[in-house]
Parts: sequence; structure tokens; C-alpha cells
Amino acid sequence: MRAILTSLLAVFLLTSQPASAQQSDAQIQMLLQEYGEAIAKSSRRTIGPAIDALAASGLPEAQVVLNRWQAKEMWFNKATGVFVFATEIDRDTLQIFDISNDMEIGQALEDDYTQLKPNSGIRSMIGTALVQFQLSDPDPTERLRAVAAIERGAEKSHLAALRSSTESEPNADIKASKIRLERLLTIRFGDTDDERITAINGFAGDLGVDVRAALNPLVATRVETAATLPEGTDIARAITPGSETFPRAAAYDLLVEAGVAKPRIERAEQREALVANVTDGAVGGIQLASLNTEAARDIAYAALAAAGAVDAVATDTEIDTAIDASVFFERYTGAPPAVALAAKAALAAIESKVAINQAADLGLDALSLASIYFLAAIGLAITFGVMGVINMAHGEFIMMGAYTGYVVQLFVPDYTLSIALALPLAFAITFAAGVAMERLVIRHLYHRPLETLLATFGISIALQQIAKNIFGTQARPLTSPAWLDGSLVINDIVSISYIRIAIFVLALMFLCLFLFIMNRTRLGLEVRAVTQNPRMAASMGINPDKINMLTFGLGSGIAGVAGVAIGLYAKVTSEMGTDYIVQSFMTVVVGGVGNIWGTLLGATMVGTIQKGIEWMNPSNTLAAQTYMILFIILFIQFRPKGIIALKGRAAEA
Amino acid sequence: MTDATLASGLRRQPLALRFPSVLVFLAALGLFTIAVTILSDGLGLGVISTSFIKTLGKTLCLCLVALAMDLVWGYCGILSLGHMAFFGLGGYAIGMWLMYARTELIVIESLKAAPLPATPQEISDGIAGQIFGVVGASEFPPIWAFAHSLPLQLAAVVLVPGLLALVFGWLAFRSRVTGVYLSILTQAMTLALSLHLFQNDSGLRGNNGLSGLQNLPGLDDFPQSTVSLWFFWASAIALGLGYIICAWIVSGKFGSVIRAIRDDETRVRFLGYPVEGFKLFIFTLTAVLAGIAGALYYPQAGIINPAEMAPIASIYLAVWVAIGGRGRLYGAVIGAAFVSLLSTWFTGGQAPNINLGFYTIQWVDWWIVLLGFSFVAITLFAPKGIGGLVDIFIDRKSPNRFGADLGPDPGALREQEAEK
Repeated sequence: MRAILTSLLAVFLLTSQPASAQQSDAQIQMLLQEYGEAIAKSSRRTIGPAIDALAASGLPEAQVVLNRWQAKEMWFNKATGVFVFATEIDRDTLQIFDISNDMEIGQALEDDYTQLKPNSGIRSMIGTALVQFQLSDPDPTERLRAVAAIERGAEKSHLAALRSSTESEPNADIKASKIRLERLLTIRFGDTDDERITAINGFAGDLGVDVRAALNPLVATRVETAATLPEGTDIARAITPGSETFPRAAAYDLLVEAGVAKPRIERAEQREALVANVTDGAVGGIQLASLNTEAARDIAYAALAAAGAVDAVATDTEIDTAIDASVFFERYTGAPPAVALAAKAALAAIESKVAINQAADLGLDALSLASIYFLAAIGLAITFGVMGVINMAHGEFIMMGAYTGYVVQLFVPDYTLSIALALPLAFAITFAAGVAMERLVIRHLYHRPLETLLATFGISIALQQIAKNIFGTQARPLTSPAWLDGSLVINDIVSISYIRIAIFVLALMFLCLFLFIMNRTRLGLEVRAVTQNPRMAASMGINPDKINMLTFGLGSGIAGVAGVAIGLYAKVTSEMGTDYIVQSFMTVVVGGVGNIWGTLLGATMVGTIQKGIEWMNPSNTLAAQTYMILFIILFIQFRPKGIIALKGRAAEA
Repeated sequence: MTDATLASGLRRQPLALRFPSVLVFLAALGLFTIAVTILSDGLGLGVISTSFIKTLGKTLCLCLVALAMDLVWGYCGILSLGHMAFFGLGGYAIGMWLMYARTELIVIESLKAAPLPATPQEISDGIAGQIFGVVGASEFPPIWAFAHSLPLQLAAVVLVPGLLALVFGWLAFRSRVTGVYLSILTQAMTLALSLHLFQNDSGLRGNNGLSGLQNLPGLDDFPQSTVSLWFFWASAIALGLGYIICAWIVSGKFGSVIRAIRDDETRVRFLGYPVEGFKLFIFTLTAVLAGIAGALYYPQAGIINPAEMAPIASIYLAVWVAIGGRGRLYGAVIGAAFVSLLSTWFTGGQAPNINLGFYTIQWVDWWIVLLGFSFVAITLFAPKGIGGLVDIFIDRKSPNRFGADLGPDPGALREQEAEK
């Protein structure tokens, strides 16, 4: 009943507002009509000219039309073929609008109109066409989005659009990126070689990844073969087969492909061919049982080939002669030779600059690794370096600090506040643990370093297992505050994350703190006195027990704070201490026991070497650690006392 | 033991008299072996299961490596944290042959079905594919060059740990790295080695390790109950021989020198002894012993992977020796046997859990904690370890000087060192 009423109403409305109100003579409508058939057909293969014509028409309405078309809001009248915008009011009725000025025309029966439903391929073609309108959109964010869209999927047609929109670009930043993009597109799609070469030369020394991405396809080559090396500018270089990138087998396959050599055969194929030709327990006159060597199989196969049962194949000597008789060379295929050469030169210039920047980036990486090692080792520099106590549970103090941070974050959801709370709390907890350990265990063992090592090992494995029992074996997160997320990007190659900078700053702060305490405070004076000569210090009124306790607590506390920092950078697990303990001891020993500058140098050396080895063999950090440790073992051979060796009385203490 | 120095000047007495514990130990070991054999599943009454025979056999191997550790640490004062690495190297050396030979049999068997007899290349490719498929390689790395030959791999069991110890020891001792520095250095070596083996391209199957070592190639007819007994006997014989060798070394003048090195290295050097040579000999010899122990251990364990060579394993070795009592050979054996069997008992879930009401102590989780703390307690309060009980039994007393220095300088020789 209701449907009938609605349709009655629709008919009434239609008759009251005649469709002739449409401006069927508007330019845009006429343009669309010109391609009406193709548009109505909506096939990806035939639609191209229509979209191009719309885009190139220069009509102000074209953008709106393309947009609405893409959004499936364009319909056409089945009878007249007139295009309109329409929205569905209900299942039978459309609200229709004029495409030239978006004026409401009225309502119409849906049955009279057909919706244009561009498929995804056509929609993306429309999107490409729309880009040129977006490039000169009044909204700057829209323009930026268009530039980004072109960067993602550039096409030749964009070049003209970019060029025409660049002149009128009011925003200096967007203009700069448009100009850059225009040059990149010129490299790829430019019409003349000169134009492309100029664009390429303009990028000399540019570090952008996009530049290299544009240049690399231009210098693409294909390996070809000939009897003699041909002349021509498009020959990149001659190559000798037998290298890892161009093995002799590949070279021979090229010859076979060129039709100048007999095919060769793989062992597996040879075996199949032999099996296929077994007659009376023999192949080619050779008994099956004696076909257990490659030489015998070659003979049998040759016999078969001679009998015509299988195709003749090249023998090893034939392969060698054929390869030696030919030359192999690379031919530029990505671009005309002149462009390719220009691209190659530009790439070479870029490469050398990239290398310098990579070295700088590696330096930053090494520095940040060094600061992590330094942070892990600085507590050890106090307990081991100054006091001479081997604390193998040092790594577990780091772990305790990290878990303190984790637990604090469970209760304090605000990351900034929780880290600010965790740092002093971690210090307090590990300080207390250190003092307790010194009182209960270490002070009984001051003259027995080997047993200190063992006892602290016992504590280390116990603490590790306790942490495992409490927190489980899976890694726990310690989330850094949002302002530490992201990295400081200097250019496309050199960047460093803020968290690493923070760790670096923290390491520097600890260095200053250490120097201050040791050299400028009463405690530092007493510590140095007690470590040099406890009895003399005691007779001067210093309580060596108290000093030892405090010093050990201080070293342990610093380990706890380091644990929070390391936890931010790596995951918190019960075994994280073991990852750092050997390296930390190495850092202290390499640097020179008892000297904080030595520890600093040691950390720098260990970090730099590890990063250096990783750079040489980037896929394998395990290997880097292995070789780093081997290097340190060797280093200690030549400087057993470390980089900075204590001299005089301090060395004997 | 102090008689040994005097005795060396006189007519040499037989080892058994100079070192009475040898006879007692060998007798105990022999009785134990016979008893286990009689009670075993394979040849005897079937009271002891095959898997427990393997556990006992493995324990004997651990006793052997503990013996080596005692010689190098308890007698020579070198706290090496690398002997479990040598142990693992021995295991890898024999494991390579076991795995190669067994895979070879399997591959040859499977290639028999092929229409053509296999070429040597095909067999070799088949073995390599079987062994290294798991790490995505299909060719033999160079270190497998001798894996086909049992004698060569048996030589490698001795030579690889021995040469590594020789080179490392020579480097370390000649630059006079001593004490805790040496310990840390050996720990670093162990860490480097295990990290290296963890890599897939190390040529030893990365963290997969070598597996299926319990199956002796060509001896599939014998059940595991018999094979496990063979290994048990071999381990017992190796331990007995190892004990005799160690006792022989420490009982003569040589033993006096290495103990002197432990107590005051500088003084021994000033007396004209080539300290480095002595240390290097002990270090290398014990590495070889550890390698042999490993070669016997891993066929019983069935699998070896780099985690077994991590520094923590060597630390546990030191823990066993310290708990058993350093500086006495039987102490090391007692410690290793006691702690490793206790550890098997606790971690095997046989120990009853303790319910505290609010928390249940599960020994699987808390055993390590107990071990760690009891180790600290032993270091602090009973540095002589379990072996110290023997002193009470035979009424041997140590001088009690209440911690005073024995020498003229602070930090020279303390009473507790003098007791050993």
C-alpha cells in the first residue's frame, strides 16, 4: 500500500517539475555526452579517453564530476542519456541534481535511471585524473596529499599536471616538494634525454631514498653474450663468468639460449634419461650395477646419444671451450645509454656521500651502544673497579631495576610519572639489595676474590630464578613516555631514536655524578682512602666497614637505575642481566680497572667494535658478539692492564 | 699429601700408598658398576630402568669433568669457566660422526630403491640434505670433512678441546692473566663459543644442535637397554682411569709444584719453575679430560645443542666442585654426583612440594634458588664442602689462626687457603 502511495507521489512530483529544467546544453554535459557510450559501458579498456578528456577539459565542474563519479553518485537517464547526480531517497525514488551546477532538479523514478558503478580499476584511473585538480586545490593539506599520492604511484600523466600546478603554488614548502617531485618524474618519464639528464644532474649528492629509487632502474643491465665485444655506448662493461653473481653455469645457459651451444644437462636429468632407457639391465651397453660413478654415467649417456635415443649434450670440456670462446657483457636496458651513464655517475656521487653518512650513522649507533654498555658497566666500575669486588650478580641488579620499572608501571599508568618514580625507586631497592649482600656475604670474602666470584654467582642464579618464578619467563614491557618515541632524523640515512639519546644523556650524567662523588665529596675521599689502604684509613678515623657498605650500595644502586634505562630500550626478562654481565666486565677490564675514564674508553671501544663488525656482516649480530669477544680476549693479551693502566701505589692497592 | 714432597726425594712409593683414596675410590666405583649392572634392565634383574642407567652413566661423565675441574681449580688455582665448553666440544666431535654415520646408513638404504645405483656425490648430497635441511643448507661445511671417519672424530674429541685450551691458555698465561681476570676471560671464551655455535651458518646446525646421538650406527640390533649399559661401563672406566691419572699427577713432585702455584704463583716463579708451562699443561690436560667426558656423555643424552655450552654450565661445574670440596679428588666426584642427582630428583618433579598455605613451593621452580643460596652458604661457612666431613671422620685438623695473615703482607695467604 505504502509503495503505491510513494510511487503515486513520485509521479505527481515528476509531472509538476519537468526534467527539462536540466541544463542539457552545459559544456560539461556535452563533453560527457560525447563519451556517453564509453562511460555508460564502464569498461576499463575503453574508459581512458573519457577520463582524460574530462581531466583535460579545464572545466571547473570537471573535478566535482570525477569525484561524484568515483563515489558512485552519478546516474544517467536511460532514455535521454543525460548524466545527473542522484541520491537514493528510497528504493524507487531518486533525488536528482544537475551535474553542471549541482542544483536540485527534483525527484525521479529510479527505474528511469541507471547508476554508474565504476569498478576499482576505473576508480583508480579517476583518482589519477583527479590528482591534477587536487594539486591546485585551495586546501594545502589536499595539495600535500596529492603530492604524496603521486610519490606513491607516479604515472607519466602526472608530470604535466605537476608542471602546470607548480607555478601557481602559493605555499613555499609545497612548492619545493612539487619541484622536487617534478624533477623525479622527469627522470623517469621525461620526453627527451637532455631533459632527463639535466634532472639527474640536479640530484647529484642528494641522499633521498626516492632519488636512488628513481635512478636505480635506469642503470639496470642485462647480461648478453657474443663472439666479440660489440662496440656501442649501451655496453656497460664486459664480465668474466665464474664469479658468485655470474657463475659459469649461468654463462653457459646464456650461450645455449643464444643458440650457439649445445644444451648441458643436470645430473638429475641425466639420471632420469638413463633410467628411461634401461634395456635388459643395462644402459648404453653398461651394466646398471656399474653406473655408480659420474664418469660411468657420462659414458652411458654418450652411448645413448650416439644411438640417437637422447639429445646430445655438451661435455664439460665443450662447456669450457664454449665459454672461453665467447665474451659476456652487460647492456643497459633501463634507459638510453646517455641517460644511464648520467644516472650511473649521479648514483656514484650519491653512493660516496651515502657512505659518509652511513659512517656517521654507524658512529651514532656505536655511540649509543657504547653508552648502554657504559651504563651497564658504571656500577661495576665502582664495585669492581674501585673496591675490587667481583660481583657476578651485577647483571641481576640491572634486572631488578628493570623489573622495578615494570612494577611501577603496573600501578602508575602515566608513563612519564612512572619513569620518574621508577628511577629513584630502582636506586633505592638495588641500593638496599647491594648493602644487604655486602653485609651478609661479600665482607666475609674480601680477601678471597675467587670465592667472591663464586658466591655472587650463587646469588646471581638464585635471583634470576626468583625473578623467573615471580614474573614468568616471557618478556615484560617497560614502556617509554610518548615524548621519547620516534627519532631525531637528520637526513634519510642518519637518524637516532630519542630513547638512545636519553640513554646517552643518562650515561653522561652518571659519569659526572661518579666524578663528582669520587673527587669532590667526603665520601669519595674516604672510599679512595679505604680502597688504597684500609688499615691506614681506619687509623685516620674512617670506618672501613661503613665505607665499603656504602660504596657497594652505590654501585648496585647505579646498576638498578641503569636497569630502568636498559629496560626502556630492550625487553625486561629474568635473563637480561646475563646479556650484559660479560660485556660489562669486559668493558671494565679493557678500559683498565679502577679508572672511570678507562671504563668510558672501554665502553666506547667495545660498542664501536661491535657495531663495526655488525656493519661488515649485517645479517648476523651473534657473529658480531662472537668476534667482539674474541677481539677483546686478544686485546687483553697486549694490554693486560687495560687501556688506562693504573700506575704507582694505586696499582698495588 | 704433604708427605709427597718428602717422598719424592726418597724411594718412590706405589701410587696407592702415596694416594690412599685411589684404592678406596676404585673399589667403590667397581662395586657400584657391578651392582648397577646386576640390577639393570639390560643384563640383570631389571630393577633399574634404562633411562636411569643413562642418568647414572651421564652422572659418571659429569664426575669425570668435575675431576678435571678440581685438578685445574682445586689444585692449580685456575678457576676456569670454560671446561663445560670443552666438554661440549668433545660431545660435538663424537656427535658429528654419530649423526653422519647414521644418516649415511639411512640415505644408502633409501637410495637402494632407486633405479640406478647411487654415485658417491648423490649419497653425500643426500646426507647433507638430511642433516642440514633444518638450517636451510644442503652442503657440508668444511668442518665436517672428517665426519665420515670414526678414528678421526675420536682424535678430534681429544685434539679440538686440547688445541683450543693450548692456544687460549698460552695466550692467557703468557700475558700473566690470573685470578678473577682469568675466570672472566675463560667465561668470555665460553660465551663466544656458544654464541658462535648458535649461528645457523656455524656448520653445526645452529641452535638445533646435533640429535639422535643415542642410536649407534649399524648397531640397531642391540636394544637401548644394552647400549646404555655399554656407555655406563665406558663412563665408569673413563672415570676410574681419569681418577688414577689425576691422582698420579697430584701425588708427585709435579703435584707439589702446581699446589704451590695455587698458593703463591710469584714465589714459585722466583724459585725458578716455569709456572706458565705447568699451568698450560694442567689446563690442556683437563680440557682433554673434559672433552672425553663430553664424548661419553652426549651419546647417552642423545642431543647436544649450544645452550649446553653456555657459561652458566661451566659455573654449575664450579658449583659442584665447590660443594663437593676443592683440592681433593674424591670431593669433586662426590659433589658432581650429589648435586647432579639431587638436581635430577628436584627438577624431575619427584620432590614433594611444600604447601605454605598462601603459596606452594614447587621444587621444579625453586630448586635453583635453593642451590644458589646453599652454594653461597657453603662458600661462606663450609669452604671445604662435603669432603670436609671426611676430615672429621679421619680426624684431620687444620690450623686455626682466626683469619690472621700467614704471610707478611696483607692479603697474602689466609688461614682458609692454608687448610686446603
